Amino acid sequence: MTHTSSYEPSTGIEKWLDQRLPVPRMMYDQFLAFPTPRNLNYWWTFGGILTFMLVSQIATGVVLAMNYVATPSMAFDSVEHIMRDVNWGWLLRYTHAVGASMFFLAAYIHTFRGLYYGSYKAPREGLWILGVLILFLMIATAFMGYSLVWGQMSFWAVTVITNLFSSLDAVIPGLGTRLVQWIWGGFAVGGPTLTRLYSLHYFFPFVIAGIVVLHIWALHIPGNNNPTGIDVKSARDTVPFHPYYTIKDGFALALFALFFATFVFYAPNLLGHPDNYIPANPLQTPQHIVPEWYFLPFYAILRAIPSKLFGVAALLGAIIVLFFVPWLDTSRVRSTSYRPIYKWFFWAFVVTCVMLGYLGSQPPEGIYLVLGRIFTAYYFLFFLVVMPVVGWIEKPKALPGSITESVLGPEEAPPATPQPAPRRRTPEPVL
Amino acid sequence: MTTLPLHGIAGAAGLALALAVPLGSALAADETPPAVEAANHEPSIESQSWSFTGPFGVYDNAQLQRGFLVYKTICANCHSMRLLSYRNLGESGGPEFSPEEVNAIANEVQVTDGPNDKGEMFQRPARPSDPFHSPFANDAAARVANRGALPPDLSVMAKARPGGPDYIHALLTGYRPAPAGFQLAPGMQYNVAFPGHQVAMPPPLFDGAVKYTDVTNPTVDNYARDVAAYLMWAAEPKLEERHKLGARVIIYLIAFAVIMFLAKRTIWARLHGKAAHTA
Amino acid sequence: MADTTDVTPAQIPLPDEDDSSRRDVIMIAAGGFAAVGLGLGLWPLLDQMNPDASALSQATTEVDLSHVEAGQAITVMWRGKPIFIRYRTPKEIDEAKAFPVDDLPDPIARNANLPDDAPATDANRAGKDRENWLVMIGICTHLGCIPKGQAIGDPKGDYGGWFCPCHGSQYDSAGRIRKGPAPQNMAIPPYAFTSDTKVKIG
Repeated sequence: MTHTSSYEPSTGIEKWLDQRLPVPRMMYDQFLAFPTPRNLNYWWTFGGILTFMLVSQIATGVVLAMNYVATPSMAFDSVEHIMRDVNWGWLLRYTHAVGASMFFLAAYIHTFRGLYYGSYKAPREGLWILGVLILFLMIATAFMGYSLVWGQMSFWAVTVITNLFSSLDAVIPGLGTRLVQWIWGGFAVGGPTLTRLYSLHYFFPFVIAGIVVLHIWALHIPGNNNPTGIDVKSARDTVPFHPYYTIKDGFALALFALFFATFVFYAPNLLGHPDNYIPANPLQTPQHIVPEWYFLPFYAILRAIPSKLFGVAALLGAIIVLFFVPWLDTSRVRSTSYRPIYKWFFWAFVVTCVMLGYLGSQPPEGIYLVLGRIFTAYYFLFFLVVMPVVGWIEKPKALPGSITESVLGPEEAPPATPQPAPRRRTPEPVL
Repeated sequence: MTTLPLHGIAGAAGLALALAVPLGSALAADETPPAVEAANHEPSIESQSWSFTGPFGVYDNAQLQRGFLVYKTICANCHSMRLLSYRNLGESGGPEFSPEEVNAIANEVQVTDGPNDKGEMFQRPARPSDPFHSPFANDAAARVANRGALPPDLSVMAKARPGGPDYIHALLTGYRPAPAGFQLAPGMQYNVAFPGHQVAMPPPLFDGAVKYTDVTNPTVDNYARDVAAYLMWAAEPKLEERHKLGARVIIYLIAFAVIMFLAKRTIWARLHGKAAHTA
Repeated sequence: MADTTDVTPAQIPLPDEDDSSRRDVIMIAAGGFAAVGLGLGLWPLLDQMNPDASALSQATTEVDLSHVEAGQAITVMWRGKPIFIRYRTPKEIDEAKAFPVDDLPDPIARNANLPDDAPATDANRAGKDRENWLVMIGICTHLGCIPKGQAIGDPKGDYGGWFCPCHGSQYDSAGRIRKGPAPQNMAIPPYAFTSDTKVKIG
């Protein structure tokens, strides 16, 4: 979309900056005047919520870092010192810990929105890939952050997950072991491991922030997708981002904050595990090593595969496959609202992810293992088979003529959207 | 809008349900880690009623004082609580002993300090700012005194076990003769609440073991209840402050959400006015 | 093909004047709530840097003085600060008493155990009923250096007290500023003797 900037600097400072470093103009164009489809529903508010969560985690994290000590003998105690003695320490710690869960909840909803409405399809492939990259960095950051408590779960989660790399010994003898020792900085998880986890946990969120900037930039080139999946045709299809979506995002954020606060103040340990209140003991493994809830689906996939190496491959594959979604999905329409067959497979996928989450919390035996394997199979089938095949054979429902038409009803609207042409034997090049 | 986004509503409802279930149970039971056990031996843990559960929960100062007495008389002989300091006993939201009582409690205990100018460590009475005195110098000494078993530190025990204070109460009142056919290892005790049903700790409580100064009956059940509440405070000393601030924050956020909703509607109404259809 | 749809923001027509006052109230309320919320949320982030409960509780230090001889001085730590404790000789006491208080650059005692306006007589600076003992916070009131004068070979300045090497402030044997840029006498912390040889600071 092309649009000329309508920004008019009014004060002296604005004019001065506009000539030298036009930040106010950029802010105005991108976040105030930005033409946004008028039909965005509440699933579109999670991007703003995620931005808030990143700021919240960085703010609480930086002040927690002023009081935390990253050595095995003092880490657990320093967290308790924060909880008991540091002014507002309990609030900062619980906000940060619960905040990680809220961050993932919002990120998963945001991702599912993208999958449902085809926001990954051309020309937004770059936007999607940046998003998956952010998710990957979030996973790494959260994993490292949890380890800093140096409770039993922290310690053993690090031991188990880093040990996964030793599976590379099956590919090149000795490589996996060397790699794991390099990660540990020793022959077992210990002090050097903790200090590097601390350093990287502090560092990664700023990398995430940088990629978020690219993510928003990539979004603003084509502009937002919308629930119909059809392109903006005229200015009538849009409204300026401010005040329409600033206020709507603000309302959604207030509701999200309410949900967040309920956990922080009334159930702060509900999403955690009691074993992490036991100081780390390298000589005693907990009965059931369980990651935090947001990792459980991946954990279930890892344990569904009997071989260590292929289990790791499946774990990594579960995230890597997301990068390829723009090319796996062959549908000619974006929004699942107009895809009557695919819709069922999509909701089955949602159920799959929830079930994998539950199964990840159970011991990998008996019925849990069987179901884990079934749902893991569907997870990969959804991306590798359903997306290409269903997109190819499905006849989508008729798309509305325009976004305005979908909101206000048919009337003197701009010309109807050309319906996707029936398949030819040689497909047109994708633009 | 000509069509209802049914899938959107269904999705939102499903999401809300999926999120409301843990939230609902959290607000009902709360504070205690859920006693979910998929272990081979299901420990039996009854839910007790506590003054501090629920969003409006507060500690009972008198109960915490009794619980501290139980800890000091019985548990402190083997279990440390090194994350607490004597001054915590006087802070608001806890047992709330008076400053004189806190001083007296601290002064009863001798702690090691030093080195002095001669390079020696020496003993002196504890001060309120000192951490709780540990019964053993280190873990190895603790094991020697307890036939190889290590009595764990109790500072955060109420958060370190599924069931929390319910579990602690169940454990302390759960000693029974081993059932016929149960293989009890030498030196171990049978306990209905402990995972695996065998625990190294001998039953620490018996009726009359601790002299309560109020009218509470000096029974094992009451000792267990009071010390479990005390341990919950020890693990979560900021609970009352958290609940109080939480109420204010939730009320503020509800008001803020209502205002934002009205503001959102006001702004979006511009699109439905008579001028909206021209552009 | 590049998408050349021009979506320069449309001129959204202004709403009717009638609801403008109601609209304004809501918008002001929303903005106000948001600002208050942000401010309240910011406070814990800043307050956590203030001394925490354990620092505030480190209020007292007990010092054993049994091995300090006349003319000697020791330095102990209290709340992270050095405390100068000097067992003064009769000569040092007489010198301090002799100087008229009104001629001092700082005539206030700066003794936390006395009212704020107590004059800087030697009696108000030294230990109560124990004029041999001087207990004070060993930090120069100019810019915070630790003056010399505790050890036997240290420079003590022209007044037999302490000499600050940073900018040349000179204190007398009662710790009062006599020459140099320091504006005030070195402060006396709250303290009390619990026996003839033990003092509790704080």
